[in-house]
Amino acid sequence: MAHAEGQYYIPHGSHWPLVGSVGLTTLLVGFASWLNGAEFGQLLMLAGVVITLVMMFGWFGTVVRESQSGIYNAQVDLSFRWGMFWFIFSEVMFFAAFFGALFYARQYSVPWLGGEGDGAMTNSVLWPSFEAAWPTAGPGEVGGEFEIMGAWGIPALNTAILLTSGATLTWAHHALKEDKRGQLALGLLVTVLLGVIFLGFQAYEYGHAYSDLNLKLSSGIYGSTFFMLTGFHGLHVTIGAIMLAIMLIRVLKGHFTSKNHFAFEAAAWYWHFVDVVWLGLFIFVYWL
Amino acid sequence: MSAVISETHHDEHPSGIKRWLFTTNHKDIGTLYLLFALLMFFVGGAMALVIRAELFEPGLQMVEPQFFNSMTTMHALVMIFGVVMPAFTGLANWLIPMMVGATDMALPRMNNWSFWILPFAFTMLLSTLFMDGGGPAGGWTMYPPLMLQTGDAFPFVIFAIHLMGISSIMGSINVIATILNMRAPGMNLMKMPLFVWTWLITAYLLIATMPVLAGAVTMLLTDKYFGTSFFNAAGGGDPVMFQHIFWFFGHPEVYILILPAFGIASSIIPTFARKPLFGYASMVYATASIAFLSFIVWAHHMFTVGMPLAGELFFMLTTMMIAVPTGVKVFNWVATMWKGSMTFETPMLFALGFVIMFTIGGFSGLMLAIAPVDFQYHDTYFVVAHFHYVLVPGAVFSIIAAVYYWLPKWTGHMYNETLGKWHFWLSTIFVNLTFFPMHFVGLAGMPRRIPDYALQFADFNAIATIGAFGFGFAQLLFAYLVFQTIRGGEKASDQVWEGAHGLEWTLSSPPPYHSFTTAPEVK
Repeated sequence: MAHAEGQYYIPHGSHWPLVGSVGLTTLLVGFASWLNGAEFGQLLMLAGVVITLVMMFGWFGTVVRESQSGIYNAQVDLSFRWGMFWFIFSEVMFFAAFFGALFYARQYSVPWLGGEGDGAMTNSVLWPSFEAAWPTAGPGEVGGEFEIMGAWGIPALNTAILLTSGATLTWAHHALKEDKRGQLALGLLVTVLLGVIFLGFQAYEYGHAYSDLNLKLSSGIYGSTFFMLTGFHGLHVTIGAIMLAIMLIRVLKGHFTSKNHFAFEAAAWYWHFVDVVWLGLFIFVYWL
Repeated sequence: MSAVISETHHDEHPSGIKRWLFTTNHKDIGTLYLLFALLMFFVGGAMALVIRAELFEPGLQMVEPQFFNSMTTMHALVMIFGVVMPAFTGLANWLIPMMVGATDMALPRMNNWSFWILPFAFTMLLSTLFMDGGGPAGGWTMYPPLMLQTGDAFPFVIFAIHLMGISSIMGSINVIATILNMRAPGMNLMKMPLFVWTWLITAYLLIATMPVLAGAVTMLLTDKYFGTSFFNAAGGGDPVMFQHIFWFFGHPEVYILILPAFGIASSIIPTFARKPLFGYASMVYATASIAFLSFIVWAHHMFTVGMPLAGELFFMLTTMMIAVPTGVKVFNWVATMWKGSMTFETPMLFALGFVIMFTIGGFSGLMLAIAPVDFQYHDTYFVVAHFHYVLVPGAVFSIIAAVYYWLPKWTGHMYNETLGKWHFWLSTIFVNLTFFPMHFVGLAGMPRRIPDYALQFADFNAIATIGAFGFGFAQLLFAYLVFQTIRGGEKASDQVWEGAHGLEWTLSSPPPYHSFTTAPEVK
């Protein structure tokens, strides 16, 4: 509510949203054309990515400059907080769709294909020799036989890495609040590095899965849920690491004060969200 | 600090095309949303008329069956994502800052982006009609495996839906941030107008469900192009799983399309009954209950698909429970009018039409909720009749009512009351002529989404087609009235309506570019 000092800052007209729309549309039209086999598709995608990046650089740059010039009052700050909170909630629901698919497959579709339940005739009519089990590539053995990724190798290590990165980030945040800039930069740097190591392990694991285990995106429902969940998570780790790296650059440039550093907090919220999703992944995709 | 502000936003009023492309003003963006919705209303309406023209008589005469199917698919996508949702968002943009006593929306640049994604998304969607293999023809629900047979259009449809989702999520985040953070001092939650309340809850539903739709269509995409098996039984997936994920989005979506309408009716009826709204608090709680229930009823769209009995019973009972909070609302509207000094200006006529005909759609919904009965009704025209009653004389009538109600405030001009009344009566007669006969042919077994039908359905279908063309052309009158009012007309007072209450009526007509530069005192 409007108790804050000073006027609520209403920005003047901005061309960045329109640039963003053009960028996203170019990217998606390119992707769709590529999927349809058009050669120019990839070029269009690339152009779309470039335009979108320019937009993000320009838009966020404007916001950073405005923030640094001190025109945002406490009420504007709170709007940003609500914005980030609900954005993360929408991301949670995006992952929920894929976790839902995983649970549905494990609880319903695979047991039904194995003949469980009164109404399901699929087993006796189509695949009488199929026995429900998890992991599975389904009664049609889509993608051929595969081995699964054990939970207690790299995935467990990655769990430790991400949890540690959450702790180092909190350490950086405390340092920021106590105005210890050296510790802040160090904490952020360690967090970003841990994120990069996580992604490196993940990439190695994917290579291992594809070349040694014959575990692919096309390995039936197991491969589908495994790669889509871990893949989208990996994408979010990448985004989070980029956000934190930008925070590190801003810290080195002398941005943020012990009281006023919402961008840092937003990136930290995002990082913790990515962390929590990983715990769900570790438990339900790798372990159980 | 103040130097920067006066430099950048002190009643700066850009003109020309740049004003509309780069605007961060809630009124400009609201206008863009509403005009976009009006344009799409005629695009989606033209598609409906293609459908009705084909169904005017039995046999195949006007269009190819494939094109007929893509018309039903596109008509739904355009009307839902291109008309009702943008129109409600446009109303939210115009009204919420004025109703809560704010200068503008909380996040003005993002507000611009929420809108300016839409023209791109719909250009993409509509362009699919000209692609190899034609537009999407598997129905707006996009069930696999049928949807996976779409031609070149397929990835464009999927990505268009992604873009619409991004737009809705950003718009909703903005609405929530505005309502939670921009209220004038003293405007506590339980003093907010119901339109604000219903939008707060709608925005929550949107943020919770649009990402789920995005996930569902992403799985369709990877199933078609990247070899995943989400909806492929041979790989251990299940086509029915798509329906579960889709309707987990789809049922809350249905309430996204009606909750703001409840807010509009709750604003208009007290004004013209000259009585305060009956049962304000119960209206708020009923809205929240409907929103909660919307998450646990989704499989009533799938009674015939083959579910365990426990599932059928659970979803049947939860669905029927929705009738309770909805009944509270209808009761409250009627009680508001009880012994009021009623007058029947055009917005009130549309609001009353909304209450009565939405209730008809609600009752047919209750019939459909009964699982064993639904086995008879499923995929018949009875379902078509049901959801068109809640969407056309429901959601669309509420939007039209809102436009007549607030247009004098927005433009500073009164609309032509005589023509407005003509618009109401023509719309009401023709909408019933269109959709009421569908109950009968549906109960008699006419299936939906088929371009041909058995001879015994011919008379009712001919009537429905006449009604549809009448309704469609009556809307040209609406467009004419709106533009006439924008251009000029009798000067509207600030109060506009004698019985109106709320902060928006304390502003001038038309209101200043930035609504409340100093927050009003709310007692």
